[in-house]
Amino acid sequence: MAEAQNIPVGSTTAGQIAVAAESTVATRMSAPPSFDVADFPVPHGREEEWRFTPLERLRGLHDGTAVATGEGVKVAVEAPEGVVVELVGRDDARLGRAGTPVDRVAAQAYSAFEKAGVITVPKETVLTEPIRITVHGEGGVSYGHQVIELGAFAEAVVVIDHTGDAVLAANVDYVLGDGAKLTVVSVQDWDDKAVHVAQHNALVGRDASFKSVVVTFGGDLVRLNPRVAYAGPGAEAELFGLYFTDAGQHQEHRLLVDHNVPHCKSNVVYKGALQGEAAHAVWIGDVLIEAQAEGTDTYEMNRNLVLTDGARVDSVPNLEIETGEIVGAGHASATGRFDDEQLFYLMARGIPADEARRLVVRGFFAELVQQIGVDDIEERLLARIETELKATV
Amino acid sequence: MATLEIRDLHVTVEADNATKEILKGVDLTVKQGETHAIMGPNGSGKSTLAYSLAGHPKYTVTGGTVTLDGEDVLEMSVDERARAGLFLAMQYPVEVPGVSVSNFLRTSATAVRGEAPKLRTWVKEVKEAMQRLNMDTSFAERNVNEGFSGGEKKRHEILQLELLRPKVAILDETDSGLDVDALRIVSEGVNRVRETGEVGTLLITHYTRILRYIKPDFVHVFSGGRIVESGGAELADKLENEGYEVYAKLDGADTKGGVSA
Repeated sequence: MAEAQNIPVGSTTAGQIAVAAESTVATRMSAPPSFDVADFPVPHGREEEWRFTPLERLRGLHDGTAVATGEGVKVAVEAPEGVVVELVGRDDARLGRAGTPVDRVAAQAYSAFEKAGVITVPKETVLTEPIRITVHGEGGVSYGHQVIELGAFAEAVVVIDHTGDAVLAANVDYVLGDGAKLTVVSVQDWDDKAVHVAQHNALVGRDASFKSVVVTFGGDLVRLNPRVAYAGPGAEAELFGLYFTDAGQHQEHRLLVDHNVPHCKSNVVYKGALQGEAAHAVWIGDVLIEAQAEGTDTYEMNRNLVLTDGARVDSVPNLEIETGEIVGAGHASATGRFDDEQLFYLMARGIPADEARRLVVRGFFAELVQQIGVDDIEERLLARIETELKATV
Repeated sequence: MATLEIRDLHVTVEADNATKEILKGVDLTVKQGETHAIMGPNGSGKSTLAYSLAGHPKYTVTGGTVTLDGEDVLEMSVDERARAGLFLAMQYPVEVPGVSVSNFLRTSATAVRGEAPKLRTWVKEVKEAMQRLNMDTSFAERNVNEGFSGGEKKRHEILQLELLRPKVAILDETDSGLDVDALRIVSEGVNRVRETGEVGTLLITHYTRILRYIKPDFVHVFSGGRIVESGGAELADKLENEGYEVYAKLDGADTKGGVSA
């Protein structure tokens, strides 16, 4: 089920399918999940969960030296009628229900935020317009917490847009009631200097559908942990990701789907293009099928397209299966190179070099972009990909 | 009338930290409507000639000239050469993941013709060309050369030849790795293009087999990085019977394997 091909020098791709009594996905973390930052030692960089991340570029988010400043980020919420938008204190019982911080920066964010945003779509409310959250960096340090909750049979699309310059650590909770349908598009379109570390926790209710689309273009360092667990059977989660890593950027996506409930589905597809010196993309895809999760159907895939020399990809899918009574489980990771021979072939058919590169990248992303299902986002993504391609390498 | 003129062409390649001269003074003129077969043993430089004409960056031209209708080909980038009317059917066509054949063909035709072909006539044109080459229409939706068999790759090259209508087509060992049926289909495609009288063909081959299907006007023997003998179609018969050994004495090139049908 694992495949790896066309691996360029300077990239790794590794995968494993483990059948284990004890979860290695959980045990290879250096500390158990906790809301308290004091429960995590300051990472030194050799821990499994930090070994790909350049700690010195976290601007102190990992060691307690990054102190929140007044003007960190500006958050604005635009919501259709019927949606409840609140700003609440730390003691609000609705916070932290979808998941617990799994590393020190997520715990730091939970320990340091002042006010949390809570957006509620009441039960059976079906929105026809998206909820739009804009997070604009104003150049400071910020810690955040956001909850998005859908009541039973509610349906919503949420677009979270990150722009500007910031050093931001945050946790985002998605809580889906029974039969709810939520699509969340998180766009990281930061300025070049921004640092963004976030844990996304989705708790998907019985027969509910969760679709997460993570789009990462900007930032100096972006590290996201999208995580999914299920609250009842019959639920499904689709996790799509698209990243375009330029020279000097570090973009890391670490996913976990915890099949803790029987008869749930998950499908993970992340695709990234890289160009330029020291562009570094990291993809970790963990899928855990717990002993009780019979009838699970899961697939995860990561594809990378390296456009120039000097870029590096680390891609690690892990599938851990504690029961054989499943519908399907698979993973794939492949990193391919747009190399001189492909360029020559296309140019030998009259196609100029820049257009050849565009043709290949558009083709690479097209299928994924079509699956997003939010029209203006699709158009914006295609336009943004064009911009990335025009950027000098 | 379009004419490709190659004069005293010298080409080197970097290998193992050393510069090696592969082409040592090639002279050849190919006119529209003519078919030239270039035959020679492995390692004689035939493919280097093909790739150098197309502008592959691996090869460095150190001397001589190449002109197409008087225009300096060596000054042109790879894509400019293609748009000027040069076409190289490659021995080992490259896989381009993520790009469908139909998208590739249309982008290429748009570049070479200078304007996007009208969609309706284009679809028909591609479909008919594919049918003539015994290619299933599902081909158009596959990624360029990805998972293609050897025969499918070569048919795809000839499909491009038919659609792009170059002034000069260089076919680099298009016959290698083909069974007799595939060879016939591919040869028929080449002949359709030749019959228009609008293309000059440079057919590079190790074997005489393909010359039963594509009749050359001229045959050139390539050895040691240059043309050592030229003649008409009868020269191919001589090679068939005598092999390349006789030319080996001229410069000590590797002639093992000889000519086989």
